[in-house]
Amino acid sequence: MSFSGHNLTCIRGERVVFRDLGFSVEPGNALLLRGPNGSGKSTLLRLAAGFLKPEQGHLTYTHSDGSEDRDVETFREHIHYVGHLDPVKPAFTVFENLEFWSGFEGNPDPKSGAEEALDRMALTHIADVPGRYLSAGQRRRLNIARIAAAKKPVWLLDEPSVSLDDASVALLAKLIADHRAEGGMVIAATHIDLGFESSETLVLAPAQMPEYAL
Amino acid sequence: MNRFFSLVRRDVSLAFRQGSASTMVVMFFVLTVTLFPLGVGPEANILQRISSGVLWVAAMLASMLSLDRLFQADFEDGSLDLLTLGSLPLEVTVLAKCLAHWLTTGLPLIIIAPVLGVLLHLEPSGFVTLMITMLLGTPTLSLIGAIGAALTVGVRRGGVLLSLLVIPLYIPVLIFGVGAIDAAIGGLTERPHLLVLGAMLLGSVALCPWAAAAALKLNLE
Repeated sequence: MSFSGHNLTCIRGERVVFRDLGFSVEPGNALLLRGPNGSGKSTLLRLAAGFLKPEQGHLTYTHSDGSEDRDVETFREHIHYVGHLDPVKPAFTVFENLEFWSGFEGNPDPKSGAEEALDRMALTHIADVPGRYLSAGQRRRLNIARIAAAKKPVWLLDEPSVSLDDASVALLAKLIADHRAEGGMVIAATHIDLGFESSETLVLAPAQMPEYAL
Repeated sequence: MNRFFSLVRRDVSLAFRQGSASTMVVMFFVLTVTLFPLGVGPEANILQRISSGVLWVAAMLASMLSLDRLFQADFEDGSLDLLTLGSLPLEVTVLAKCLAHWLTTGLPLIIIAPVLGVLLHLEPSGFVTLMITMLLGTPTLSLIGAIGAALTVGVRRGGVLLSLLVIPLYIPVLIFGVGAIDAAIGGLTERPHLLVLGAMLLGSVALCPWAAAAALKLNLE
């Protein structure tokens, strides 16, 4: 099982974000994306999740049985993505929000999956609070609990620690470590230390002179 | 299939919790229809003549009222990204959202329509056909509207643009919906009109989710 990208070139609004980029993650490993603002970390993560199509190159997902899959549409369901937005419905309680995502993202038992994930992100005491009363940090914790509530091998995390306090960052680091220990793969763009020891780093070049595609 | 229904259940219960969408649509429908007796005068035979058309036009505008939120709420909080990431094809996701939209807006309209028919002196022979045309027509409105909603999902205050896109596509539904009721009142057979309405419903079930999904994919890039 592995997840990799080959010769990826991405063009946004006629500007080349990156060119001939490759990455690879093996089970239990993490890939850390580094680079200044605007260097294409988020773009790479959205591309890896299949929201964007690369201009050139392809993604390859190798299943546990060894078969290679190059069609992002078919292997997207193995991917958890945490972006800049927290999908929290103001009218639903914390638990209801989580229960929906747990079931929708493939947990056969959404209820217990949600309860366990709430426990892991220390949200159990506010399980009955409607989403509209959550602080930014609590919403972010709920979003992170979402990826713990349904098992998927690949985690794509785009600045997952934004607006988290130190205690929550520790919970997140523990979650990532456990995911890796179970053979999960993580690609994360982050500026703070999330305990990514023995992980590889991919440094994206800073956006310099815009290189135009046309 | 489980995910389809969990999505429908989520959207319906969100609509109930917030309460505003369904109530707003029904109130809009009631208020616009009541404007007509006030505007054209209470003369029974005039109201009778225009009742089927007024009911259908008002229902159409009312169901359009809540369309702009169909995908936008999920788009704004990032849920739409994750809905496309799941194993449910985006087309099926769109279909689920259309079904939820119809259950929360189309269905209340169908229930309230006969009451307003009484207000407009609709001929007694037209009531059953009114219900049937609404039952066949309002899901088509939700499905066609989904295309407009998907195209304007990234647009701030896209509601007006949405109406401009969607109203022309609503015209056939209006013509055959009103045609069926008038045929029933006039003692003619309403069957051909209903068959066309049914065909339009089946056609939009087959085509609209694809068109809307393609538009959403463009907007998510």
